[in-house]
Amino acid sequence: MTDLPKIRIRGLCKAFGANQVLRGLDLDIAAGESVVVIGGSGTGKSVLIKCLIGLMEPDAGTIELDGKLITGLPPRQREAVMGRFGLLFQNGALFDSVPVLDNVAFGLVSAKGRPMAEAKRTAMEKLAQVGLGADVAAMYPAELSGGMRKRVALARTIATEPDILLFDEPTTGLDPIMGDVIDQLILKCVRELGGTALTITHDMTSAKRIGDRIAMLYDGRIIWVGPAGTVDASGDEYVDQFVHGRVEGPIAFATRRH
Amino acid sequence: MNPIAAIGSTFLEFLAAVGRLVLFTASAVSHCVRPPFYPRILLRQIIEIGFYSLPVVGLTTLFSGMVLALQSYTGFARFSAEGAVATVVVLSITRELGPVLAGLMVAGRIGASMAAEIGTMRVTEQIDALTTLSTNPYKYLVAPRILAGVISLPFLVLVGDIVGVFGGYIVGVYKLDFNAATYLQRTIEFLEPMDVISGLVKAAVFGFLVALMGCYHGYRSGRGAQGVGAATTNAVVSASILILISNYGITTLFFSQ
Repeated sequence: MTDLPKIRIRGLCKAFGANQVLRGLDLDIAAGESVVVIGGSGTGKSVLIKCLIGLMEPDAGTIELDGKLITGLPPRQREAVMGRFGLLFQNGALFDSVPVLDNVAFGLVSAKGRPMAEAKRTAMEKLAQVGLGADVAAMYPAELSGGMRKRVALARTIATEPDILLFDEPTTGLDPIMGDVIDQLILKCVRELGGTALTITHDMTSAKRIGDRIAMLYDGRIIWVGPAGTVDASGDEYVDQFVHGRVEGPIAFATRRH
Repeated sequence: MNPIAAIGSTFLEFLAAVGRLVLFTASAVSHCVRPPFYPRILLRQIIEIGFYSLPVVGLTTLFSGMVLALQSYTGFARFSAEGAVATVVVLSITRELGPVLAGLMVAGRIGASMAAEIGTMRVTEQIDALTTLSTNPYKYLVAPRILAGVISLPFLVLVGDIVGVFGGYIVGVYKLDFNAATYLQRTIEFLEPMDVISGLVKAAVFGFLVALMGCYHGYRSGRGAQGVGAATTNAVVSASILILISNYGITTLFFSQ
């Protein structure tokens, strides 16, 4: 690891009308590191990822990638930067109208300009990498179970071999066994790609499995960061309440989704 | 709230909505003419709009032509002007009924389907996924649908014109006992190229409006099933109203002295 973080976020602010979601969020992620951001529902975890990848423009603050500012870039430059990210959406966000194989090959054709035949060959390899066979390739997303959809979405995310992998609630809605399978696949994919990973979740088991470090998001800011192994004994009352799932404590959960 | 403030607030919201639509339209049109293009998606949309709407448009114009012949006969018989039935049918169908009925039918069938499809993609983050995979949603989703609408509607209207005139012919010849050759002669005699061309121009404009409204309302769909449902309704209603308003405008352009 070098001193220069792969991703440096400073003073990130984002509001939706009168609802101030991010209030000056700071976070550094080193190259090759896997950071997990935990926090309750409605605390702005997804907003953080969307600002990072460029789906939302922050109201204030800066995001640097390899020391270069990526906020406020003109659309073309922003598109080029976006190509370095891979995002696993919470519900997969697979394209309903095309089969699984075309879903996985999509980014290879559109972002990397590969010929369709070659892209489909690579897509088959990526499907195999997440434990799916040729029988699934011809199916449509609506025909798949939740776990299979997540695997396909993961295959699509890693297909373009991005520098930075973002995982939005990767185990939400899955049973514990499938959650473990997805976590192992994420670890394997991140390791094989040698990429930097940012995961947002409120699944503590998953967070401890995936993350090198865990950061707690509360009230629009990162209030605690530490190695994944220390999260159970952080000494922070907010983190303790969240990790142990206690109703009593300083955290007042927001109810609105962004 | 103060009534004047409420009126002002509603007016400002209206202006904002118009502004959003104008920006969306400008962006959509600019992406229609700038590469990359998606010919396979365009072809799929042309088939969806142009081919699969044929039965609906055909049936609508067939029965409209039949009713038109019947009604104009009963009206004109009072003035001993039954001979004008064929001319009235062909001019009404090519100038007005063909394009307007096809436009309204396609608004119901395609506008709703576009809004629902794109709205669902918005709600399930598929549009965000497109963006993260270096694909501009305007180019991939909006531009092919708008181009397909503009290309397909004139074709549909041309077929609808022929079927509608044929409907009038069936009623004229087999029910009202017109001589077949005379009916056809009267149909062709007073028909001018501009009658058909104006209908085709209207069709292209209506195709644009239907696709634009379907895409716009789908793209701006709110969250959940209710949001998608509202987008679908808004797409059909706004496209239908715009078709009727623009129909008057185009008719004025072509036929006002």
